[in-house]
Amino acid sequence: MTPFDYPYDCDTILQKKRRLRRELLAQEGLIPKKIAILSGSTIGEVKNVLELFLLHHGIAPEFYEGEYARYYENAVFDDGSLRAFAPDIIYVHTTVKNLMGLPCPADTDVQAEEKLAAETLRWQSFWDACLSMDAIVIQNNFEFPNVRVMGSFEASDRRGAVRFVRRINEALAQYAQAHRGFFIHDINYLAAELGLDRWFSPSMWYAYQYAMDLSAIPPLCAGIANIIKSIYGKNKKSIACDLDNTLWGGVIGDDGVQGIQLGEETPSGRAFIALQHYLKLLSQTGVLLNVNSKNEAEIAKSGFSRPESVLHEEDFVCFFANWQPKHENLAQMASQLNLLPESFVFLDDNPAEREIVRRHLPNTAVPELTTPETYVQTLARSGYFEVTALSEDDKKRSDMYRQNAQRAQAEASFGDYQEYLKSLEMKAVIAPFDVQHAPRITQLMNKTNQFNLTTRRYTDAETADCMNDENTLTLYASLSDRFGDNGIVSALIGKVNGGVLTIEEWVMSCRVFKRDLELAVFDALVSYCRAHRIDTIEGDYIPTAKNAYVRTLYPSLGFSQEKETEEGVHYQFTVPKKSEPLCSVIDVTTNLS
Amino acid sequence: MTHEELMQEIQEIFRDNFDDDSLVITRETTAEDIEDWDSLEQINLLTAMEKKFGVKFTLDDVRGLENVGDMADLILRLKA
Repeated sequence: MTPFDYPYDCDTILQKKRRLRRELLAQEGLIPKKIAILSGSTIGEVKNVLELFLLHHGIAPEFYEGEYARYYENAVFDDGSLRAFAPDIIYVHTTVKNLMGLPCPADTDVQAEEKLAAETLRWQSFWDACLSMDAIVIQNNFEFPNVRVMGSFEASDRRGAVRFVRRINEALAQYAQAHRGFFIHDINYLAAELGLDRWFSPSMWYAYQYAMDLSAIPPLCAGIANIIKSIYGKNKKSIACDLDNTLWGGVIGDDGVQGIQLGEETPSGRAFIALQHYLKLLSQTGVLLNVNSKNEAEIAKSGFSRPESVLHEEDFVCFFANWQPKHENLAQMASQLNLLPESFVFLDDNPAEREIVRRHLPNTAVPELTTPETYVQTLARSGYFEVTALSEDDKKRSDMYRQNAQRAQAEASFGDYQEYLKSLEMKAVIAPFDVQHAPRITQLMNKTNQFNLTTRRYTDAETADCMNDENTLTLYASLSDRFGDNGIVSALIGKVNGGVLTIEEWVMSCRVFKRDLELAVFDALVSYCRAHRIDTIEGDYIPTAKNAYVRTLYPSLGFSQEKETEEGVHYQFTVPKKSEPLCSVIDVTTNLS
Repeated sequence: MTHEELMQEIQEIFRDNFDDDSLVITRETTAEDIEDWDSLEQINLLTAMEKKFGVKFTLDDVRGLENVGDMADLILRLKA
């Protein structure tokens, strides 16, 4: 556990920030990002603490600090410095203190409405200005004022500040829904979570113009950092879950299926149901659920046959109930799903099991589960699975992984791997990026770590630029087979210059490793080049901690190594006049003009 | 708590905050003497002291604190 894991150790973070920073900066493989903070009140410690949380997630920020309380002017009347900084992210540090036209009891209804309209317009012009910087924008919404004039009446009356805040937040939500690359950081929720009296400190405000208490800054920064790390593909992806005393009360091997506590009969039975319910909802966001339990498999499975059980056996992708050490199970599970152990959260009520997993798999998240009534809150507050986009694909992810498990079974029944691949009856579509699929493509490029030749990351705007640039070839590939549809699983961006196409980025989802899809994509690329009189394909392999899987991809496709630098290896391929397709196991429909 | 013990504890807070285990704090130490001690750090130092000594400073208390000695005297007064 670090000070940055929930519950945050605010004192350590604030009082030892220099030492923590020094230690975090010593990590390897940090991703640099430029972050502009626009100020609605004192930034000070917000910047320092945000840096710590981002470093904790492997992101090394370089900051642009807006002038004190000049968020509006800095964006709308930029003196050129903000644009020149070229931020990846603009974080707008504003609060209810920055609402200029709050209504008052003396207003008429009409005046109160006019104030809302004027304030909404002012913010919209500001948000438009932020988005015009081609950066991702993260905007705090507004918390409730710490004091009210009219009490509960403010909740319903147009002249009440409370209702005004609700309505301006609604306008902000609508703006966020309508603009990709614009995210709300929900401080309205955060302040409620902490309580307004803990969130806001009058003396901090009067003395230092801090719009929140110092102790609220770590949770504030944790929330912002969660959004940022989610955008850059650093969310956890999967949960490995113990059963006894984690998903139900008692030990099913001893107490029997009727003896375990689950359901409305007992207080702890209700708590376990609550966790199951929460996990079920999480899985709808694309989080994969797995079992990692010391049990006999059949007995373990019987627990989910209880009528009260919210989760059922088919909600889990991997079901490991055996007597192996749990870290070994988890590592095996990860490799089966083509994920890394660091993409897992391990849930277990047993401190000894947690400690063993922490020791062997230091990058797996292992939250402190203490008593059943706190499980859900501990998991929910952690931010492991912060959602920044919810695609159709996310909702189906578990199904797709389960189908993969069935494929693995099918594979076992074939002696010859090519025969097995043929038996899958795979069909692929290869086509240029289009508006309809752009969100999923961007998500794929930003989340993929293993089959990723250059690990460049793309914002929505950059993906759109690639789509619209006539000297850029974009292609995505989707793959289906007799077990189901995997959706879009590969993307490639190539820059064309004269007779040379340079592969700027090529990614493929780990879901479809070893299916020859990369061969089909390359076949399509070669045909495209031939049709467009491009005789050379170039590409780089830039090694990271995670992409060793594609280290030899280019040589295996027939590229020759041109040069090797500190950054990576540069490869070249001469497009032959004629060649046989490399892939013979997928029925490919290519639609590259 | 004696004045000496208090100064020891305050020194600990400063060392933690500035990540410098060799820092020596006296009653005469001021913001001039420590490079990173600015108004922002002042807030952190005061908050850490509130926590450590179980006191609460008012707006008036923290005005005109010239040096560490003033801080120590304030804490002793509030704890008296």
